[in-house]
Amino acid sequence: MKNLISMRDLNAEKILELVALAESLEKDPSQIDLARRVMAAMFYEASTRTRMSFESAMKRLGGEVIAMVGTSGTSVEKGETLADTAKVMARYSDIIVMRHPLEGAARYVSEQVNVPVVNAGDGANQHPTQSLLDLYTIKKAQGTLEGLKLALVGDLKYGRTVHSLAYALAPFSPEFYFVSPRSLCMPAHILKDLTKRGVKFTEKKKIERIVDEIDIMYVTRIQRERFPDREEYEKVKNAYIITADLLQNARDNLKVLHPLPRVNEITTDVDSTKYAYYFDQAENGVYMRQAILATLLGVAK
Amino acid sequence: MMKVMKVDAIRNGTVIDHIPAGRVQRVLAILEPRETDVVMMGMNFSSKAMQKKDIIKIEGRELSQQEVNSIALIAPAAKVSIIRDFTVTSKSKVEIPEHIEGLLSCPNPKCISNAEPMVTRFKLIDVNGPELGCHYCERVFTADEMSHI
Repeated sequence: MKNLISMRDLNAEKILELVALAESLEKDPSQIDLARRVMAAMFYEASTRTRMSFESAMKRLGGEVIAMVGTSGTSVEKGETLADTAKVMARYSDIIVMRHPLEGAARYVSEQVNVPVVNAGDGANQHPTQSLLDLYTIKKAQGTLEGLKLALVGDLKYGRTVHSLAYALAPFSPEFYFVSPRSLCMPAHILKDLTKRGVKFTEKKKIERIVDEIDIMYVTRIQRERFPDREEYEKVKNAYIITADLLQNARDNLKVLHPLPRVNEITTDVDSTKYAYYFDQAENGVYMRQAILATLLGVAK
Repeated sequence: MMKVMKVDAIRNGTVIDHIPAGRVQRVLAILEPRETDVVMMGMNFSSKAMQKKDIIKIEGRELSQQEVNSIALIAPAAKVSIIRDFTVTSKSKVEIPEHIEGLLSCPNPKCISNAEPMVTRFKLIDVNGPELGCHYCERVFTADEMSHI
C-alpha cells in the first residue's frame, strides 16, 4: 500500500490487516518507532478532530508533525497550484496527510509527489481513515466484522461517512437497516451497488421497532442546511433523537456509534449507559491512524 | 437497378454512419471542420436497425483515434468508413475505450480536475448509457451529461 486515498482501493484482506495492526498498537505502541520521521498535515479546511488525532498518532509513535491549517497567509493565497504546494511539502516531510474541499484532491496529489499521501477528507467524496476507524471500533465492540446487524440512522443522503461505511462492511455479510426521513434516504445508486454486491438491507422511517434487533447503531447528524424547506426540517428533526429510554429493550451487546460532533441527536443520558461507544470510537481513531502511518511509512512489522 | 444516393459519394474521406437521429450536430462539433472542408450531413434517414439515423461524410479527411473515441461516446453504434477513390477501404465500429484521458471535462464543479491545470481521466463503467467514472472525484456520469474539452 503506497497511499490511502479511497476505501475503493482496499480489499477485505487489507482492511483486516490494518484493523489487526491498530489492535496491536493499542496494546503496545512501543513496537513502532517513528523517531525523526515528519508528517506534513496539509489542511485546506478546518478539522480539529481529524488533524489532532493524526498528530496524536504520529507523536505517540515518536514522530514529528508540521502543519498547514487553512490557506490564509500561505502560498496558496498567492495563487500557487495544489500540485506545487504539495511538491514542496513532500520535500519537507516523509508523509502527507491532507484535507481539501475539492473532490479528488488527494488522489491528484498522490500522483504528483514521491511520499505517501493519506486522504483525510476530500469534499463529499472520501474519508477513508474515518471508515477504517469505524471498522476497528465495530470489530472491537463486537469481536468480529462478520454477519452483524447494523442500523445507520439520520442523514443517509449526504452523509459521506455512512456511504463509505456501507461499502467498507459489504465484504463481511452485514445486514443493514437504513433509517432516515424520506428526503434524506440512501441514494439510489448506492442501494443499487449494494444489491449488486449481495448486501442485505431494509429502509426504515422509524428506529423504535428495530432497536432490539441490532448490534450497532450508527447515528449521524441531520443538518438543517440540507433542507430546502424549513417546515420539512421541523417535522423530522426530532424523529431520530436517541435517548436512554429508547435503548431500554436493546440487545446487551448493542453499541451506539457517532462520528462526532453530536448536537442533540444522542442525548447525554445515553453517555452513562453501557451502549455509549462514541468516545471510544474517537479514541480508536488514534490507534487506526497509527496503523495507517506505520503501514505507509513501511515500518509496520 | 441503379443505386440512388441521397448524398453525393465522396472520392476520399470518411463516412460516419448510424449516428442516432438528432445527434449529427454534436458529432460535427467534435470534428471541427476547417473552412475548406467539404462536409455533407444527412438527418433522419431511414434505417433498418435504428428506424431513423443521421450520417456525415467528410471529404479529404481521415479521423484520428481520439476523434473516433469521442464519436463513440455520442454515437455508440456508429460505423466509420474510410473512402479512397470512391471505394470503402475500411469499415469499423466505434468502440468506447476503457480509459479516456484529456478528452472530457468532469461535470462535478467540486472535482479537483476543474480547479487545477491537469489532465482529466475517466474509466468506462458501463457501455450502456454509456457511463463513465471520474478517476479523481469518483463520481459516475452518463456521456450525455459530459462535455468535451
